[in-house]
Amino acid sequence: MKLDSMYQDIILDHYRNPHGKGLRDGDAEVHHVNPTCGDEITLRVRLDGSTVADVSYESQGCSISQASASVLNDLVVGKTVGEAQAVQEAFLELMQSKGQGEGDEEVLEDAVAFAGVSKYPARVKCALLSWMAWKDATAKALAQNPAVND
Amino acid sequence: MTHAHESASLTGLLDTDAIRKDFPVLQRLLHDDKPLVYLDNAATSQKPRQVLEALTAYYERHNANVHRGVHVLAEEATALYEGARDKVADFVNAPSRNEVIFTKNASESLNLVANMLGWADEPYRVDADSEIVITEMEHHSNIVPWQLLSQRTGAKLKWFGLTDEGRLDLSNIDELITEKTKVVSFTLVSNLLGTINPVETIVRKAQSVGALVVIDASQAAPHMVLDVQALEADFVAFTGHKMLAPTGIGVLWGRQELLEDLPPFLGGGEMIETVTMGSSTYAPAPHKFEAGTPPIAQAVGLGAAIDYLSGIGMEKIAAHEHAITAYAVERLLEIPDLRIIGPRTAVDRGAAISFTLGDIHPHDVGQVLDEQGIAVRVGHHCARPVCLRYGIPATTRASFYLYSTPGEVDALIDGLHHVRNFFG
Ligand SMILES: Cc1ncc(COP(=O)(O)O)c(C=O)c1O
Ligand SMILES: [Zn+2]
Repeated sequence: MKLDSMYQDIILDHYRNPHGKGLRDGDAEVHHVNPTCGDEITLRVRLDGSTVADVSYESQGCSISQASASVLNDLVVGKTVGEAQAVQEAFLELMQSKGQGEGDEEVLEDAVAFAGVSKYPARVKCALLSWMAWKDATAKALAQNPAVND
Repeated sequence: MTHAHESASLTGLLDTDAIRKDFPVLQRLLHDDKPLVYLDNAATSQKPRQVLEALTAYYERHNANVHRGVHVLAEEATALYEGARDKVADFVNAPSRNEVIFTKNASESLNLVANMLGWADEPYRVDADSEIVITEMEHHSNIVPWQLLSQRTGAKLKWFGLTDEGRLDLSNIDELITEKTKVVSFTLVSNLLGTINPVETIVRKAQSVGALVVIDASQAAPHMVLDVQALEADFVAFTGHKMLAPTGIGVLWGRQELLEDLPPFLGGGEMIETVTMGSSTYAPAPHKFEAGTPPIAQAVGLGAAIDYLSGIGMEKIAAHEHAITAYAVERLLEIPDLRIIGPRTAVDRGAAISFTLGDIHPHDVGQVLDEQGIAVRVGHHCARPVCLRYGIPATTRASFYLYSTPGEVDALIDGLHHVRNFFG
């Protein structure tokens, strides 16, 4: 069934047990919404030098948007900002692939499970919500702290 | 169809087998072999062959600009366009065809009223000393134009709140509608809650303070007898695409004296009497409010849609939808964890039913239903304040129309059980 290509077990697992959820200290905070369906996220980024020390968030929304925030947390915390940005770009590219991309598992790990979502234009925004929020928050955090530059 | 015995006993149903044959899209199979179950009628209705044929005939035989030529086609196109105006006037029992203004949709109709009042002279002028009253259950189309008017004029915007049952809370009506109130604008039927509002109570109060009454009939005109004289409103807005007509055509009905006194909003061809480089005089209503080439084919399509609806009879359509809605409410409430947002009965409610299903997000509900060929709408339905009021991010909404069947309700119920199992 086609549904299973969207709702992979990995996605449903992240949805049921989200990683890193909850708001903790951060250097910058953003609030993003998906106006078409009401998915919302408040996300904070904390940097430690050039390392992403924490990504914390409070969110409400569909399984895809929730699971995606959880995977984001797994993938970027502990990486340098530059490495994390490369992951973000790879994820963005996968989501824009209209069902054609598979994603590089070396880079994207669990996030390759979202490949099936890219076939559903209405849901791509759900998957990207937290990633765009992270990008935005990171830019803000860096702007506050221009010394960090990798 | 486990409940066939119950649905078979519903009374007042239309002959949907015959009606459905008129709607080509309803024959579609989705995802290979699943019949389309179209339950997104509050967003837009499907179109019968009769409307599609009227559009084709217009373009194939009569296409011309209106009111501007002496040639045969121009005269035919004008007669068809103005003929559609007659049909709308009849349909809403307007005292005069000149009270029917064509717009592109209900949103434009409501923006038009707000702008007329913003630019009007006394006694209609909305200014910093005025108050505007709306309700918390409005579609964004009946909120934002009033917010804009309030921001631009300094007028105060007030609104009726909602009860836990999804009805208007009228308990503070005397504080809300006061001598300062210039305009009261509210929806006849909520697109999210399905609630049918008590028009008379609100209109009486508004009249007692001399306020104008604007009624958003977008979810009423397609589904019930609409009589602008009985409503005693000053303006009534609705949109063609929800009542079997094409997109791109809407209506604003307004009382003749008001239309004579109020200023135009958009300027252009068609709305003038004479023009010099310094100034212009305006055509009488309705043309004063129809600048530029109007949506001609779309108006013709609306006329055909009205013929179709009237051929069946709005009372019969209302009775059919009432029976379907009562059956749907009853069956939805059988589902564990399902919460209807809005009246949990078919009394004073239209055929749009919103609900939440445990903590399964509507986005996911809609996706799994789609996989079974069932089209519902998910989200805040352009009425976000209602979601905030009930503390929910979004709802799933099933909405019915004259071609909806008890079998489709059964399909929805089966689909929702499947959703629960999938995310369970
Ligand atoms: C109650 C109500 N008012 C206004 C509108 C706006 O209609 P339109 O988008 O055609 O302008 C809608 C349709 O979504 C509606 O349901
Ligand atoms: Zn979503």
